[in-house]
Amino acid sequence: MIWKKTITGGLFIGATAFSAILIIAVIIILLVVIIIGGKETFSWEFLTSFPTDGMMKGGIFPAIYGTVLLVLIMSVAAVPFGTITAIYLTEYAHEKSILAQTIRFAVRTLATVPSIIFGLFGLGFFIKFVGSGMDDAFLGGQLKWGQPNILWASLTMALLTLPVVIVSVEEAIRTVPRELREASLALGATKWETIKRIVIPGSRSGIMTGTILAVSRGAGEVAPILFTGAAYYLATLPTSLSDQFMNLGYHIYIMATQSANVDQTMPIQFATTMVLLLLTFTLNLTAVIIRARLRRKTK
Amino acid sequence: MDNPIVKKGFVFTKESLRKKFRWSEFLSEKIITGVAFLSITIIVLIFFFVFKESLPIFSAKKKEAAKVEHVQKQEQYGGAEDNVQTNASGQEQYGVTTKDTSMIENQVQGEDTVVYGSDQATFKSLTGKQWLPVSDNPRYGLIPLIVGTLKITLIAMLFAAPIAILAAMFSASFAPYWMREIIKPAIELLAGFPSVVIGFFALMVMATFFQNIFGYDGRLNAFVGGVAMALAAIPIIFTITEDALTAVPRTYTEASLALGATRWQTALFVTLPAATPGIFAAILLGIGRVFGETMIALMATGNAAMISANPFESVRTLAATIGAEMAEVVFGDTHYNVLFLIGSLLFIFNFSLNALAEFYVKGKLVKRFQGKQS
Repeated sequence: MIWKKTITGGLFIGATAFSAILIIAVIIILLVVIIIGGKETFSWEFLTSFPTDGMMKGGIFPAIYGTVLLVLIMSVAAVPFGTITAIYLTEYAHEKSILAQTIRFAVRTLATVPSIIFGLFGLGFFIKFVGSGMDDAFLGGQLKWGQPNILWASLTMALLTLPVVIVSVEEAIRTVPRELREASLALGATKWETIKRIVIPGSRSGIMTGTILAVSRGAGEVAPILFTGAAYYLATLPTSLSDQFMNLGYHIYIMATQSANVDQTMPIQFATTMVLLLLTFTLNLTAVIIRARLRRKTK
Repeated sequence: MDNPIVKKGFVFTKESLRKKFRWSEFLSEKIITGVAFLSITIIVLIFFFVFKESLPIFSAKKKEAAKVEHVQKQEQYGGAEDNVQTNASGQEQYGVTTKDTSMIENQVQGEDTVVYGSDQATFKSLTGKQWLPVSDNPRYGLIPLIVGTLKITLIAMLFAAPIAILAAMFSASFAPYWMREIIKPAIELLAGFPSVVIGFFALMVMATFFQNIFGYDGRLNAFVGGVAMALAAIPIIFTITEDALTAVPRTYTEASLALGATRWQTALFVTLPAATPGIFAAILLGIGRVFGETMIALMATGNAAMISANPFESVRTLAATIGAEMAEVVFGDTHYNVLFLIGSLLFIFNFSLNALAEFYVKGKLVKRFQGKQS
């Protein structure tokens, strides 16, 4: 009997350990395969030159440029709004109030809405409603904003990353000790002054983690920008908000599925994937480390 | 000095102690509250706009239905008249002789709406078994897409759920501290992998690998897509399950160990059952993730809309259909509206899953740990 139990137990613990190791193994395989496939093509020139020969050769500079621009505009929109929502939830709202709970539910729902829905929303709201509305109002119906461009793509992406910012900032604000707030209030500072001078500086690292996570998410998502502004190939870099742009993830998708000769461009595809993977990986790793440090500090 | 408190001989009164009205305070509070409403507004707007763009289908459907009804009435009327004119035995004659306008009209209408679908999507054509939106006579049958999505979700969950839950149990109950410090960040990093990268990996590496093992024909199929989606769902299921397992009060485990149970018995028969609501929620959210995943589906499933039970056949999911076809449709076209209808379906489904997970878990878990329910 005891024998049997020990064996079952061993098998069970073995199965759980195996599952954990399997996941880590897959992560490592994925990283290694993509880095091996991409490292030959990867070079400084690859990063800084334009695609040539009908995208069969050349670099990915416009895609990198477009991605960076996208996440910049996105952060400008998402980070302040996300931070303010987090401040409301932690400093102003009563934990149990219906309003706070509704907002929390909305944030969680927003985090689970499929990314393609954001794309549809961007098309239906930003392009068709706001954009066309702006064209009709200011340009007399001339088509400028009522079509896909980098502004609408960035704003769509900002909606997608808003919950990421809210959650990390909220977590950071909660680590600001209550005594600090109380001391500030006791010295005669008002609530807003306390938030401005104590709470926000105290949760700076959380705001940074939130921004990093949002940027990493925004750099990697493709579905929301499929029809809100990403372009297959552009000869020039986007110069205004109403221009379309190239994007790393979209570039991978197009090259891997719709390229004229998939086999020939394989090295470029691997190298592009490697760039995107390393970019998001580094960003996430930074966020994980900052967060771990933050947690240790509060312990 | 303006400050009254500093003045000599100042006496505190109710008036002087009253909270002063400050514009900056007032404004900051109002602005912050206003901004906080944003997330609610966005959810409402998403629902409104995605649904709005799919609305023309329903109005078109009504128009069509009204027309058909009208024609049918005419036909009945004509038929009755016919019956009066001919005799009861004249049924066959009726078919031949009375090919009058109303019959022909009805036939044409019927073919237009049901068989060819023409430019209208009716309820009947939406529940059809063929998805051929860009052919000469477009058909918008959603059934193959729904079946495809369900199939791939099932495959993904068959892989993701056991692996993620077992790994979470390992991390929560058995792993030494240093291993936990590796597993958790690693899975956090997996969650950060862009889905287009996972899709690319599935398309280039996994597809070939599985083809060599199983030796099927089509490189891209539901199985490859499902396994790739499992990679996307594992982090979600793992994280929530792990949270649920570690939230089980220590007293439970200690009591079990004190009664002589071994560590694995405790983990399997005490901790796991106590955390079931959380695990259930984890699986629901995992399903939601797979259901709405677009890029992996686009890249790794082959995208052929067919109905079959074979996991090694190509499938086309709802989300992938939107992603693949939205860029090429004419705005305001029936096809455009149908794609938005698919979007509404996805949104509603996901919203319900999320709501179910949230309320089920909150209700059950809290009650259970407070000892109100066994």
